[in-house]
Amino acid sequence: MTELYVLLAAMLIAALVAIEIRDLLAAAVALGIVGFSVAIMFILLQAPDLAIVQIVVETMTVVFFAAVILRTTNVDGTLPGGFTRSMVFPAAMYGIFGVLFLVAVGRALGALPAFGSPTMLVAGQYIALGLERTGAANVVAAIILDFRGYDTLGEATVLFTAVVGVLTITRRAGRKERLGGGES
Amino acid sequence: MIALFACMLLLLIGLYAVVTKRNIIRIIIGFSLVEYAVNLFFALVGFKRNGIPPIITELGQSRSNFVDPVPQALVLTAIVIGLATTALMLALAMRIYEKYRTFDITEIRRLKG
Amino acid sequence: MRGMSPIVQVIARLLAGMLFLFGTYVVLHGHLTPGGGFAGGVLIAAAFILMSLAFGSVEQTERNSYTLSSVIESLGGVLFVSLALAGYAAGTFFFQNAAVYGTGTPLKLISGGIILPANIAIGIKVGAGLFAIFLALGASRFVMKD
Repeated sequence: MTELYVLLAAMLIAALVAIEIRDLLAAAVALGIVGFSVAIMFILLQAPDLAIVQIVVETMTVVFFAAVILRTTNVDGTLPGGFTRSMVFPAAMYGIFGVLFLVAVGRALGALPAFGSPTMLVAGQYIALGLERTGAANVVAAIILDFRGYDTLGEATVLFTAVVGVLTITRRAGRKERLGGGES
Repeated sequence: MIALFACMLLLLIGLYAVVTKRNIIRIIIGFSLVEYAVNLFFALVGFKRNGIPPIITELGQSRSNFVDPVPQALVLTAIVIGLATTALMLALAMRIYEKYRTFDITEIRRLKG
Repeated sequence: MRGMSPIVQVIARLLAGMLFLFGTYVVLHGHLTPGGGFAGGVLIAAAFILMSLAFGSVEQTERNSYTLSSVIESLGGVLFVSLALAGYAAGTFFFQNAAVYGTGTPLKLISGGIILPANIAIGIKVGAGLFAIFLALGASRFVMKD
């Protein structure tokens, strides 16, 4: 499992680069590195369905970021040159919040089953009945389309809403410019 | 255990970008990092040592070594939904740039109307 | 965006064909191998995006073609919901699987009842939806880049 820890370290370094680097296009590429590390970790965690979806979705995310950045601007004009005084207070407050959050996470993780041995109360039923009830050999596909089909219906609705939202937001704003102030 | 802590650290880094940064594109990058961290956390919780992927390849195969398939089923749709919401946020950011000519959120607050 | 050099266009033509074929394979075998509707749908969208980027038609995209993509995406969604409503037609619950179609022989292509048509519907929906989002982000007419 040492590959898992190496990938986690690479992921954290790339995340820090993505939020601190000055050029926005380089930040999008660093986000791509984080996504690929997560995809390889999905393979190491024996989840091939998730790895396929994560690789293609993360590539599409970087393509969408690049489409927006190349059409607008790729220089981040808001980063101060050095380490100014106005950055100290938010960073310190967030540091205190981060420490408290990690303490709470530590106590919560103590209540979970140990890493590497899940209890699988619900999944035991699905694995045992999957092939006989649904006839599908891929247990994950049987779960998302038969046992928990409502979640997939909800996801289809969210995707539809997002497409409608994007098409509405980027619609050309009326015909005022062409008709010279006629109808809107 | 260290892997779960590292996942929470990635979530904290993304949340830091959402709360502190002033450029809208960096805020959207922070949201993406939070989504990756949450999906990774689910997959880590469902992991079983020396497990095999939950796919039946021949009849009569022993299924006692499968990793937990329920978190994988939940994360599968969450990844695609994350892409859809990131695209929606990027469309809004493009509209804001068209109207205000800047990505700086303090400038946008001052140039109201 | 004017399109890319001829080398990129030749390679893009080959690659887009193979991407589309592989995406359809992943969608159709979703109940036997890892993948399914979501992964295959995103691969199909990637094939279309590669073609439109390499041949430079993103800038000249008329509004009709991303209207067509969103209509196809809505048809995919309608197909998915009508498959779920087919449970009512057979007299059982919403989304009922094996009572409507029968399970078929396991580990073959025609198996799993409603899972194969549902994967196809989701593949159409996700693929067309993501292509419509890309066209709207990349080709909508703004006053940009003074």
